[in-house]
Amino acid sequence: MTIDRPLPLDSGQQLASVTIAYQSYGTLNADRSNAVLVCHALTGDQYVACDHPTTGKPGWWARMVGPGKPIDTDRYFVLCANVLGSCMGTSGPATVDPATGAPFGMGFPVITIADMVRAQAMLLDHLGIARLHAVVGGSMGGMQALAWASAYPERLVSAIVIASAARHSAQNIAFHEVGRQAIMADPDWQGGQYYAAHAPTKGLAVARMAAHITYLSEAGLTEKFGRRLQARDAKSFGFDADFQVESYLRYQGLAFTDRFDANAYLYITRAMDYFDLAEAHGGRLAAAFAGAGDVRFTLVSFDTDWLYPTAESRRIVQALQSVGAAASFVELSAPFGHDSFMLDVPALDRLVAGALRNGG
Amino acid sequence: MALRPDLAIIADAVPAGTRVLDVGCGDGTLIAALRDKGVDARGLEIDPANVTAAIARGQSVVQGDANHDLGEYPAGAFDYAILSQTLQTTERPDRVIEELLRIAPHAFVSFPNFAHWRIRLALLWNGRMPVTRLLPVAWYETPNIHHLTVSDFRELLRERGIVVERAWYLSGDRPTSAAAASWRAEHAIFLISRG
Repeated sequence: MTIDRPLPLDSGQQLASVTIAYQSYGTLNADRSNAVLVCHALTGDQYVACDHPTTGKPGWWARMVGPGKPIDTDRYFVLCANVLGSCMGTSGPATVDPATGAPFGMGFPVITIADMVRAQAMLLDHLGIARLHAVVGGSMGGMQALAWASAYPERLVSAIVIASAARHSAQNIAFHEVGRQAIMADPDWQGGQYYAAHAPTKGLAVARMAAHITYLSEAGLTEKFGRRLQARDAKSFGFDADFQVESYLRYQGLAFTDRFDANAYLYITRAMDYFDLAEAHGGRLAAAFAGAGDVRFTLVSFDTDWLYPTAESRRIVQALQSVGAAASFVELSAPFGHDSFMLDVPALDRLVAGALRNGG
Repeated sequence: MALRPDLAIIADAVPAGTRVLDVGCGDGTLIAALRDKGVDARGLEIDPANVTAAIARGQSVVQGDANHDLGEYPAGAFDYAILSQTLQTTERPDRVIEELLRIAPHAFVSFPNFAHWRIRLALLWNGRMPVTRLLPVAWYETPNIHHLTVSDFRELLRERGIVVERAWYLSGDRPTSAAAASWRAEHAIFLISRG
């Protein structure tokens, strides 16, 4: 869907027109009250519950979204849109700039989480959906859900925020910077204008490898790989992938480059680093939710998630309580680190189903 | 499922249309009863399995500790605060009561009466910390670190200038009189306020 209206951005720039690629599941009811917006994470996409067109893999949250699933598409009209700045059909740095006829590359304006949400609101306007039954997201998806509640509280019945935070910490920014520098250090990056030649896959793969470590827990890595060697009986005394964990990371990095654009990775990580919901409200997070007293919130953290630890969710809950919003919060125990939100955690399924059924 | 007698009394006494915080709400049994009668009831609960069960029922419950997390609620955020069978487990019961009455103008507080005649007799005859129906755990592993009696509670309220609006005393499932409560009540429920 292309919207030929300008999209104003936090940077002060604007995009003359925006294309938003989205998928929908289920049926919008007659009074248009059953729409649920699922917001995806950094490297996610709109293929939340259907096979990915490039990889052929099932949707990234197929265990959560579908007929009879916690986000039940027999009951809800589920929308998932590729975020602004990404590379799965929505406008981003790989998009052709109508002014030049070439991909934007680094000419694409720097965007924020609020810009992503503004674009999603335009999509809802276009679809004639005034109010969402719920906005749901994990990780960066949770940041969008929080930004929704801050910017458009009157358009939300409820928000479900999983393994997320209201700001990026110094550590979060630091890991992202490692990834960005890996991409920009790849000679193929060419200042971002690589679309006619070879993409900086080596840099992007390293970025993904570093990030992937942050999505897992130390105990999870130990359990999965330990110090086991990869297809060999002894160390090679060289720099091949001796260890299983090395081989796994190399595979993860390489596979990622098949489906993701390096510049999009730069832009979206930047948007996450710029995210601090309290910043525009004098540093007071409660003020960011001043209008959200009638929105019902459910927040979930995981005990092994060191990327967005429980303390960040608690900080949000505290702010919500101070504005009188109905908030639920629980820290679930799961072994998978930050990635727990997408993996097999049955308690999460029950929580999401319950939070949705209650109209919140 | 029938509510525990003290919870049934509280559910009955909370007026419809009010905002309530159930501190130590367990799996949300009382919240469910309150919501059925049109009360905006929310909860605070320490055990994540209980919190998960309550949220899965569609309730608004926050995982937290009555000892430390009540300060996060703004003053007067609720009409009623409820603390049922939890006071005797808190680190500083007096501070928790003060917090309840900061968060809400009225609070229900229920607790087992340590001066019930069976407990008195058990102490007198056996010289051992009693293990009873309402206090079924041995002294070394009980969560009840601050046992109290009906008289202790009344005295604390008097010292702090807190008013008893209503009180209920239960022997088993049956009510007993205020005058006899010190001996006969296994369980007491107070509705208190700043007056």
